[in-house]
Amino acid sequence: MNSNVLVVTETKGAGWHRMSFEALAAGQKLAAELGVGCSAAVMGEGAAIAPLAAELAAKRLDAVWAVGDALLAQYTADGWVAALEQLIAEAKPRYVVFPHTYQVRDYAPALATRLGEVLIGDVTTIRVADAQSGPVAGPIFGRQWLQGKLNAEYRHGNESGVCFVSVQAGSFRADAVAAGASEVKAFAPKMEAGKIRTKPGEAFREAAQTVDLSTAAVIVSVGRGIGEQENLKLVEELAAALGAELAASRPICDAGWLPMERQVGSSGQTVAPKLYLAVGISGAIQHLVGMKGAKTVIAINKDADAPIFEVADIGVVGDLFEVVPALTKAIRG
Amino acid sequence: MKIVVAVKQVPERDAVVRVAADGRGVDESDVAWTMNEPDAYALEEALQLKERAGEGEVVVLCAGPERVQSTLREALAKGADRAVHVVTPEAGEGSLGERDSLDVARLLAEAVRAEAADLVLTGLQSDDLGAGQTGVVMAELLGVPHATLVLHVELLDGGDGRRIKVKRELEDGWMQHVEMALPALLTIQSGGNRLRYATLMGIKRARQKEMREVQAAAAGKRVDEVVKVSPPTRVKRTEMLTGSADEVAAKLVERLRFEVKVL
Ligand SMILES: Cc1cc2nc3c(=O)[nH]c(=O)nc-3n(C[C@H](O)[C@H](O)[C@H](O)COP(=O)(O)OP(=O)(O)OC[C@H]3O[C@@H](n4cnc5c(N)ncnc54)[C@H](O)[C@@H]3O)c2cc1C
Ligand SMILES: Nc1ncnc2c1ncn2[C@@H]1O[C@H](COP(=O)(O)O)[C@@H](O)[C@H]1O
Repeated sequence: MNSNVLVVTETKGAGWHRMSFEALAAGQKLAAELGVGCSAAVMGEGAAIAPLAAELAAKRLDAVWAVGDALLAQYTADGWVAALEQLIAEAKPRYVVFPHTYQVRDYAPALATRLGEVLIGDVTTIRVADAQSGPVAGPIFGRQWLQGKLNAEYRHGNESGVCFVSVQAGSFRADAVAAGASEVKAFAPKMEAGKIRTKPGEAFREAAQTVDLSTAAVIVSVGRGIGEQENLKLVEELAAALGAELAASRPICDAGWLPMERQVGSSGQTVAPKLYLAVGISGAIQHLVGMKGAKTVIAINKDADAPIFEVADIGVVGDLFEVVPALTKAIRG
Repeated sequence: MKIVVAVKQVPERDAVVRVAADGRGVDESDVAWTMNEPDAYALEEALQLKERAGEGEVVVLCAGPERVQSTLREALAKGADRAVHVVTPEAGEGSLGERDSLDVARLLAEAVRAEAADLVLTGLQSDDLGAGQTGVVMAELLGVPHATLVLHVELLDGGDGRRIKVKRELEDGWMQHVEMALPALLTIQSGGNRLRYATLMGIKRARQKEMREVQAAAAGKRVDEVVKVSPPTRVKRTEMLTGSADEVAAKLVERLRFEVKVL
């Protein structure tokens, strides 16, 4: 066991998942603060990942592991766990850093379990204890509880084991990845087709999208604060007065009050309007990743501590049932 | 077809939460509790699977202190056949707060093993800890295949259901089908079904249904450790508008016209 950091990247189609470089930035930062080396792994079918491994080799890393096998051509949890278990045995990292993607949610907890470990998931901060913070052993990882109502700081207690960490979207900057030069090491895990117990199908989209929120200039977005389906007319009127598209958080679409295609967030649309007006939306991370690109964010929420106010430019702490009709009236003049 | 659904009891969404006196957990004294939202969808999917198959049993499972029985009763009122309560102490040694995800998953997996379930459903993530891993960890402990972020489950081969095909969510509105043999474990994403309400009849019947209590095994040594819990320090760059609704509306219109320039 050495003290190094290993970052496991993720591919998408023939290229990268956008969060791979955020994880790489987090891994490099952790390694730098601990004064240890950092390496990275890319997984897939050998020929397909060769150009990606070459790209990683131009980053400041000790090594790039190209983990290749025909059985890794398409993602399966069993395949990824088997390959990474072997890579970890070979590379012997002390820390393994992942991007907190849907794919990582699917296999990283199983990988950690196989090694008797626990994934410290969805972390937003990594802090290496310094002289001032006293004799705390090892880095401190910050993550959210109760969808952002509290912050919890974790540390890995098992000093002889591997510490697994995944980082939340947007918490580390992809453009902070340091350039350098390293060598590519091909790693061929022993894979058995019979050990892959799931048969994955191709990705598909449910239906042709009839609304394209991604090009909308003004969006009024409604969340669970609206309470009842019949209250939706309040925000529909506001949207009409503003000439805006109507969008929603997930619970509104889950309940069938608005169609899925109007959902903004990690499992819905990503939008970048000139104005995003969030009404009765708390601001959970899965929602924020879909609308952080908005030029101006206005939030109306009765809870002054709602996380949405962390990304809002203009905020109104108040009851939407009073503020929204008043605003519609004022716009109509 | 026996389906076990793990349901967790979590603080209600509007609950005001405070940090516990020891600074390492949540002060539970004034918290109102509810069923974790994705778990309600997991229960719904299980009930519909049983209805479609025309036979089977739905067992709900929860680890926690006495209070969690209200959530198990709610599940029984909605139509689950039986409940298993893995009893942990309210606070201190052996309580949920003192155990890591691996330890809680071990408690649940142990109870599932005793049931010899064909299918285990969990929510994809709990509202309080947000770990999103208990289900996947249980699958690994039980040695069964799994899929996460599942919206819908289909039994293949007619009624005997030795294989399933699930629809799971990928990022950005994409979906995927995955097939696997039973027994299996699925973590359920919200929105795949409309949730049913408990009827008066259901609530009445629930009182007669079995609620089996099993004492939780002693806690293992934690792998991770919660060092400190605190209210987040907000980096607010938000300009807050105050006043009556009409005053706030007037100020907003001004901003929309001259700063945001959308009017
Ligand atoms: C894997 C995964 C993917 C997800 N994908 C998405 C996604 O794509 N999009 C998405 O949105 N979510 C997604 N979610 C769910 C997300 O975590 C949150 O649960 C969801 O965004 C919360 O929606 P909300 O803000 O409308 O509801 P809540 O969190 O319940 O917030 C309601 C808000 O309304 C306020 N409010 C209540 N009454 C009033 C009133 N009268 N006046 C003013 N304010 C009021 C409350 O203060 C509260 O802040 C996903 C979750 C997971 C785990
Ligand atoms: N104490 C518990 N009792 C029953 N189910 C649980 C418990 N903890 C977690 N779960 C299940 O595991 C899922 C994921 O929880 P988590 O890993 O904490 O995000 C939940 O949605 C529940 O289905």
